[in-house]
Amino acid sequence: MATEPIDLEAAGLCVGPDGSAIGMPQLCADWMPNQIFWLVITLIVIYLVLSRVALPRIATVLAERQGTITNDLATAEDLKRKASEAEEAYNKSLTDARAEAQRIIAQNKSEMQADLDKAIAKADAEIAAKTAESQKAIADIRASAVQSVEAVAKETAGSIVAALGGQADDATIAAAVDANMKGASS
Amino acid sequence: MATAVDDHGEGGGLVFHPMDQFIIEPVFGDGAVGMFTFTNIALWMLLAVACVVGLMVLGTSKRATVPSRTQSVAELAYGFIYKMVEDVTGKDAVKYFPYIFTLFIFIVFSNFLALIPTSFSPTSHIAVTAVLGFGVFIAVTVLGFVKNGASFLGLFWVSSAPLALRPILAVIELISYFVRPVSHSIRLAGNIMAGHAVLKVFAGFAAITVVAPLSVLGITAIYALEVLVGFIQAYVFTILTCVYLKDALHPSH
Repeated sequence: MATEPIDLEAAGLCVGPDGSAIGMPQLCADWMPNQIFWLVITLIVIYLVLSRVALPRIATVLAERQGTITNDLATAEDLKRKASEAEEAYNKSLTDARAEAQRIIAQNKSEMQADLDKAIAKADAEIAAKTAESQKAIADIRASAVQSVEAVAKETAGSIVAALGGQADDATIAAAVDANMKGASS
Repeated sequence: MATAVDDHGEGGGLVFHPMDQFIIEPVFGDGAVGMFTFTNIALWMLLAVACVVGLMVLGTSKRATVPSRTQSVAELAYGFIYKMVEDVTGKDAVKYFPYIFTLFIFIVFSNFLALIPTSFSPTSHIAVTAVLGFGVFIAVTVLGFVKNGASFLGLFWVSSAPLALRPILAVIELISYFVRPVSHSIRLAGNIMAGHAVLKVFAGFAAITVVAPLSVLGITAIYALEVLVGFIQAYVFTILTCVYLKDALHPSH
């Protein structure tokens, strides 16, 4: 106990009569050989276990993992490259197809234009021919109309003269009508 | 820890025996503690060995590329110390890595096992930490002379200082060099011993009913601190070993 004067002999034994420590048990020289002996045994056992079994094993595992990761990364890189190549090819074919389509469209357009031009030209020619025909017909009709008017005028003039009591031969009337019509038409 | 106040009834006062937890006694029977007696310190060192084997050997037995929990803890410890050795000491020190790792894992497991109530803490004993510390000191000194010959003494001759100061600095460097193992070992033992003694004292106060809640709260806080200290002291011991080893391999200032 703390109040008792420390017995030198008991202090040598490091434990007081009541079973509690005297001073610091850490400084008890009697126990040190035991501690050191077991510590050395412990250290040797741990050292052997670690250096022979555990540490090489962990080093192997870590190296293997590193290798696996590196391999996987390389594979991923390769796949990525392939994917981008495929995408490039796809884009290229898409561009090609688009250009081809443009070309076909242009060709079709020009063919259609040519057909159209031809049809228009043909139609124009037909229209021109029809116009000429029509004009001729109109001219004929006009000529016949003039003749009819002349005949009707002569007849009417002869009738009017006869009705007024005059005598006139056909030749005179015809000459007069002709002269008048010329004057009217000129 | 419950035995702290075993005879508090006498005189009604509190009696603390915070150091009783460090007493070494035989596990089987009563008797003197001889050199080869199987004592409580031997038992707890053996448990530390068992834990090391469990974590580092059994935990990694599957050698899985995608690690299990124990395997990833083992790998974490391996990577932590390996990187420390490589960064602090240099690539040429990797061949001493197994011993440095042995020191780290032994101290860390001893410290953590010692936090189990009623357990025993081997690293709280100066005899133990002195063997660790002086072991490192002697190994490093021998290694320094073997690797560098007499030029290892250049460690004490600070060539960047003015010539007049160099002899004085050499004396200081020499003293600090020989103090290294002492501080190296006492730091660890002192931290662990103090922490556990404080836990005991707090536990002793729990005998007074009014103070008990505060005492329990204090124990909880100190316990958390001790968990931190247990790891940090192992880390400090290991990194100092690396630093001393670096001085031995590359003695130039």
